[in-house]
Parts: sequence; structure tokens; C-alpha cells
Amino acid sequence: MDKAIKRYFPVFVLPTLLAFTMGFIAPFIVGVYLSFCKFTTINDAKFVGLVNYTKIFTDATFVHALWYTALFTIVSVILINFFAFVAALMLTRKVKGTNLFRTVFFMPNLIGGIILGYVWNLLLNGILLQFGKTLTYSSTYGFWGLVILMCWQQIGYMMIIYIAGIQSIPGDLMEAAKIDGANNWDILKNVTLPMVMPSITVCTFLTLTNGFKLYDQNLALTNGEPSNMSEMLALNITNTFYGRTGWEGVGQAKAVVFFILVAIIALTQNIITRRKEIQQ
Amino acid sequence: MGSKKQKINTLITVIFSVLSIAYLFPIALVVLNSFKKKAYISKRPFAIPKGKMFVGFDNYINGIEKTGLFSAFGWTVFITVFSVLAIILCTSMCAWYICRVKNAWTTTLYYMCLFSMIVPFQMVMFPLSKIANILGLTTPWGLIVVYLGFGAGLSVFMFTGFVKSIPLEIEEASMIDGCTPIHTFFDVVLPIMQPTCVTVAILQTMWIWNDYLLPYLILDMKKYKTISIAVQYLRGGYGSIDMGAMMGVLVLAIIPIVIFYLFCQKYIIEGVVAGAVKG
Repeated sequence: MDKAIKRYFPVFVLPTLLAFTMGFIAPFIVGVYLSFCKFTTINDAKFVGLVNYTKIFTDATFVHALWYTALFTIVSVILINFFAFVAALMLTRKVKGTNLFRTVFFMPNLIGGIILGYVWNLLLNGILLQFGKTLTYSSTYGFWGLVILMCWQQIGYMMIIYIAGIQSIPGDLMEAAKIDGANNWDILKNVTLPMVMPSITVCTFLTLTNGFKLYDQNLALTNGEPSNMSEMLALNITNTFYGRTGWEGVGQAKAVVFFILVAIIALTQNIITRRKEIQQ
Repeated sequence: MGSKKQKINTLITVIFSVLSIAYLFPIALVVLNSFKKKAYISKRPFAIPKGKMFVGFDNYINGIEKTGLFSAFGWTVFITVFSVLAIILCTSMCAWYICRVKNAWTTTLYYMCLFSMIVPFQMVMFPLSKIANILGLTTPWGLIVVYLGFGAGLSVFMFTGFVKSIPLEIEEASMIDGCTPIHTFFDVVLPIMQPTCVTVAILQTMWIWNDYLLPYLILDMKKYKTISIAVQYLRGGYGSIDMGAMMGVLVLAIIPIVIFYLFCQKYIIEGVVAGAVKG
């Protein structure tokens, strides 16, 4: 049967392979190469070795963006997962109106980051106006503004995943724990949490990578202001490419560093939480 | 016992009702301000638009004229629908082939797809936009090809996950009956894969519909815009935002999504859960 299918390679694989090569493989390889070059377009690339990489860390905006992004990601991962999990616990108790609440909390996920950014721009600036400030007054406002926006957007999404995780716990496991005299806290700690570990893996992975790669919301909410102080990594890299002529190579080198960071974080997170999952 | 639990549940219902209203408040505020005169939006965002503040549908008309929102809407629908169709058709076929023909090439391709899922867009952004430029893919049709390439990773991964669970006997029976692999795929395999198709379609639609940077870098901006680009377009060159037009455009951008969501929410939520379990 293998052989019969094999002849149909051009029909089954070729369209995807061509598009994938053009849309991912080629740009990726060219991207790695360009990070060692000085260039303004691909044609005039000149090999310069590690110059771009040494330039990255003399660029104060990049170092700042790196810490800003790291801090933002940590705060948002913790808050989003905590609130999503608590909400999921409460909505799996057969509470009246559960479906309605689920519908409302999930809705922001369908709306694009640019649109959400401007929606919150209006609300947060409106609130800060009462205190005579604006979102771009200092990077702290931009930071918490983004945290609130991302919580609002993602809690519903993660909550849905946690709800599915909690609902898939076999009922007799809960019964057994209750008969053994476990109180609610024991059940949460020793039954629910270990059993939803796969959901926790997925949700921390999603919130981590979403936080680290955040671009649209950052662009629309503060656009990095005041003077690049609320700029996250993705925005910093894009601005280096398209905002500073002669810095394209540095932008590409930053992107490589960014990619390596995301890869390390994603893999470490996966290893750590997967280890905590119980075998079934 | 029972009454205590009931009391707690009632309390939860009350708390969540309040939270739900708070959740909808930012959007309600945008709707409210979309009827307000431009100058008052930043100065008095929480005031009810009445008297001299009320401008009727001026903000909407102004926003549509400034951004060409209707054509942006049309192009967004076009790009999303055909990209998602192309992704589902091409990657499901590719995934089936990868699972059924096991050799070094298909295994490499599979791992490349996995790998592409953790690569941030900024890594390939510049070369990709240049390549698209050289190949003349700066139109919505070209963008569909780019989306197929860039979205292939996740879709191939999800489809292969499902194909592995399909028993070989069904396909073998069809092949022994003399069907070509193409017939077997479309008559036997694809119908079984339908749930995964829905999941992939939902995840990809949520991404492509709202995507900003990729179409912004690739599309020829003078001729084509998507909704996200149209919204961002209202931020002027020096960071100033036309708040009046912005409010109108935001409302018009949100309405179709909410309507679509209310009709399809069962599938969307199921799709997200299914996608998370496999991811």
C-alpha cells in the first residue's frame, strides 16, 4: 500500500512542501545567514561576522525590552493561570448561568490584538484621566495596562481548557476521596491538581509563548511610549528593522536571539511540567 | 450540607454575573463613545453622549471613509476563507502521506513542522517579506500561499496526530477494491477527519482573521487592507489617533465577530479544547 501512495507525492505533499519552504524554511535559513551580514535588502548583504551580535547588547533599548518582556511574561502567566483555574473550579460546580459566563469570558479571544489594544486604550486612559495621567506617562502604567488587557483576553481561553480538564476527572475518584474523609482542600491538592496537570502544561505553554511573543496589543496600547520604555521584544525587533536604517542586520541578530530564548523557554517549561504529569 | 452548597453556588452566580458585566464594560464603553463628538471622547470618556456631544453616526461614516473599511472587510473575509480552505485541504493530504509513507524525508518534514511552531514571526519576518516581494505575492492571492506555508506547521502536526488513530484496515479495504489513493483519501479518510478539520479551521481562522503584522508587511498597502491594518491606519504618523473615527471603526470591526461567535460558539469552544488537548 505504501508504494501505491508513494507515487502520489506531487499531489499530496508538494503543494504544502512548496508553500512551507517558501513561507518558513527558506526565510528561516536566510534569516540566520542575514544575522551575520550588513544589508538593507537581501541582494546587498555583506558578511560581517559577529558584529551584529555584539551591537545588540550595546543597544540599551533591547536590554530594557528583554527585562520588560521577561517581567511581563512572569506576571501575566501567574495571574492568568491562577484566575483561570479558580474560575474553572467555580464553574464546574453546576452553578446557574455557567454557559452564559463561559460565553462572555471567552469572547475577547476572538477579537484581534490591535482592536483590543485600542479598546483598552480608551478605557485605561479614561480612568487615568481622573488622576491627571495617561497610559504613556510612564512605562509602569503601560506595563500594568498590558497585564490587565492580557488577563482580560486570555483568562477565558485558559478557563475553558481547565474546565475540560476538571470535567475529565473520573467521578469515582472524587467519591473515593470523599469516602476516605478528605476535605475540599485535600481533594483539590491531591486529586484535582495532579489530574489536571496536562491542562496546566498546555495553559502555561500558551500563556508563556503568548506573553513572550506579544506584539499587536503592545503596538496598539502604548506603541512603546514613553520613548521606547514600554517596548517589548517583538516590537523592539520590528522597530529595529523598519525604524532604523542601517540596523537591519542588528534587527535580524536580535530576532535570532529572540528565537533562541523562546525555544529554550518553551522546551524547559515542557520538560518541567510534563515531569509532573502522572502516567495514565 | 445541600443547602450550604446551594448558598455557595448562588453566591458564585452573583459574583460571576457582576464579573460578566465588568467584562463587557470596555466594549460597551467603545459603543457609547462611538456616538460622541471627537473632542469629548478623550476629555469625558465616561459621559453619556447627549446634547452637543451627540453626533449620531458621524464617527462611523468618517471612519469608513478614512479607512476604506468595507473593502478591508471584504479582503479579510476573502483571505481568511481561502487561506483556511487551502490549509485544510493541503495539510490534511500532506499529513496523511507523512503517516502512511514512512521514510527519512517524511520524518524530517514532520519534525520541521513541529520546529516551525516555536519560531517567532520576527525571526522570518524580513526574509519572508522580501521573498514574497520577489515572487510577486503581494496580493491577497499571494498572501494565501504565504499563510499556507506559515500555518502548515500547526495543521500538519494536528492532522498527523489524528491520522495515527485511524485504523489501517479501512483504507486497505478501499485500496483493495481498486480505489486510487486520491479516491481513498477523499472518500474514506477525509470524512473521518472531519472533527480535526473543524478544530484546525477554528484555530487558523482566529489567527488569520486577526493577524496584523504579516499582511501589513506583505500586502501592497495602496491597494489592499485587512481590518486590523485599517484600524491601525487610524494612528497617524506622529502617534496621534483620530478617536472619533477609531470608535466607529472599532464597533464595526467587533460586531461581525460577536455575531459569528454567538452562532458558532459551541464549535469554537469545542475546537479550542480539542486543539489544546493535542497541542
